[in-house]
Amino acid sequence: MTTATTTATTTADAARTTLVELDDVSKYYGTVRALEGVSLEVHAGEITCVLGDNGAGKSTLIKIIAGLHQHDAGTFRIDGDEVRLGNPREALDRGIATVYQDLAVVPLMPVWRNFFLGSEPRKGTGPFKRLDTAYMRETTRSALLRMGIDLRDVDQPIGTLSGGERQCVAIARAVHFGAKVLVLDEPTAALGVKQSGVVLKYVAAARDAGLGVVLITHNPHHAYLVGDRFVLLKRGAMSGGYLKNGITLDELTRQMAGGSELEVLRHELERAPMAAGANGYPSEAEPNQVK
Amino acid sequence: MSLTAPAREPGTTSGPAPDAPAPDERLLKTSPLRRLLGRPELGSVVGALAVFLFFAVIADSFLRASSLSTVLYAASTIGIMAVPVALLMIGGEFDLSAGVMVTSSALISSMVSYQMTANVWVGVGVSLLVTLAFGLFNGVLLTRTKLPSFIITLGTFLMLTGMNLGFTKLISGTVSTKSISDMEGFASARALFASQLTLGGVTVKVTILWWLALVAVATWILLRTRAGNWIFAVGGNEDAARAVGVPVSKTKIGLYMGVAFAAWVSGQHLLLSYDVVQSGEGVGNELIYIIAAVIGGCLITGGYGSAVGSAVGALIFGMTSKGIVFAEWNPDWFKFFLGAMLLLATLLNAWVRKRAEATS
Repeated sequence: MTTATTTATTTADAARTTLVELDDVSKYYGTVRALEGVSLEVHAGEITCVLGDNGAGKSTLIKIIAGLHQHDAGTFRIDGDEVRLGNPREALDRGIATVYQDLAVVPLMPVWRNFFLGSEPRKGTGPFKRLDTAYMRETTRSALLRMGIDLRDVDQPIGTLSGGERQCVAIARAVHFGAKVLVLDEPTAALGVKQSGVVLKYVAAARDAGLGVVLITHNPHHAYLVGDRFVLLKRGAMSGGYLKNGITLDELTRQMAGGSELEVLRHELERAPMAAGANGYPSEAEPNQVK
Repeated sequence: MSLTAPAREPGTTSGPAPDAPAPDERLLKTSPLRRLLGRPELGSVVGALAVFLFFAVIADSFLRASSLSTVLYAASTIGIMAVPVALLMIGGEFDLSAGVMVTSSALISSMVSYQMTANVWVGVGVSLLVTLAFGLFNGVLLTRTKLPSFIITLGTFLMLTGMNLGFTKLISGTVSTKSISDMEGFASARALFASQLTLGGVTVKVTILWWLALVAVATWILLRTRAGNWIFAVGGNEDAARAVGVPVSKTKIGLYMGVAFAAWVSGQHLLLSYDVVQSGEGVGNELIYIIAAVIGGCLITGGYGSAVGSAVGALIFGMTSKGIVFAEWNPDWFKFFLGAMLLLATLLNAWVRKRAEATS
């Protein structure tokens, strides 16, 4: 066992350490199967993409990794230790930072207060322990700058930033607080093409900083641009797991779009068989037109 | 292996920026005036000045030092409660039981001292514990049940109102408590909660000092402590706050206990400025505290506001309630003015905030 661990560690240090591993994980809400038999791996310096349609179980998966929900079956390992996270704080303490779709920021609070929310640095002693505001402002500015975000004023309410900028602040926050695993819930869902590109750049920057990234998305094009591993979810179950060299973008898109389901849909959407020579109008319309 | 290092070890990723960024030239756009416009209490300060000038012109006696001292006293009795109520509102909740909790607190210390024939300070101490327990009850019930605070505190409001009357009649036989003025410790307790100082020929009630101290402490908590950051966060976006590890329930319970603490201070003042308490008092005051907080720029939906604003709101209340007397008008009009003030201040606040945010 010891030797196995050491070899694992040495190979891991070489490149790919498994930071998070889900094995056959399931989650039920009462009698509803939200997630069943999902396995995935997150490695340092790699991006694992989780793809799926609405209701496929992506949010449930995120909530288990982020510590908001507990899984009912299967194993969840962080750094090789089997865990069952009780709350988001525990996940954070184990180095898993989650950036939510609805953005875990408080819109009316200044950027620097949001940046340190929940982990505020303090100075002084006893009852006079107070926020180190100068350090907080300066660190926010420099941490954002390092990610390539040049904010005009860290005192502006974070609600005045654009959606893409807010995502980037949240990513920069996770990187700054030494997260080992960054979970991103649909970071490009509400963004335009250009802003999506900017966000994906920061995702890649986080990866290059050595973080393991879980990117949840329903956009296979975005996933294929940055992803190293792909996990496909469908109706709460895992419908496929691939490495980047094991799948092409076309195949990923086809699988994502529903594959064979798409064929069925195409049939359904096809025009009903028309009467000959009706110029695209159903034949019943003709008598009216003549009249 | 590096992965076993503590998760939040900022040393690896933080540290001084590669080259300290020079002041951003775009920052020049933020003028001091704009920063002032961004303060939550600005609208109320403008309103307070308007009210002050109005009564200074209308009522000759308004500007006398003794009149101003009376105004400040009226403001302080509301202001002491408006401070924690404002903090609670910033934290996204209401407390409708705040008004009668003051009376409950006064009744408890009076009855404990009288019935046990104990030192007044014993009653004051027991009252503190019981009143804090009321706050704890509100907070725990709110965070456990996740019901709206409006409903929960409406419930405790009614329960406390009933208990105030019921217990007082049961124990004293009348609707007011027995006098405790001849009891041991009365003088020293009165010195702390209901005395007056003479500063330069003007009598200043000690409640004004309590009020200023509470405003100062609350401002410091809001702007300079971790708890303050949490208060803004739980009011501004509770789910986001929870997701980044803010102890949402503890923050809210703490806020309710803050209201209870101020209710205790107010209650002791109520008891000790006379020596008896009427058990039916306090009903309706909870709305006045909320009005003071809202006039002072607190957003009723939470996440925005200041303790100083609540003080200005209380000051407007004090000036209006006493100004009408000095102007020798019928005091029946007071509520009308208060209502008009609330609407005007809220509109002004919304307008100022929109302007400040649109141009920032």
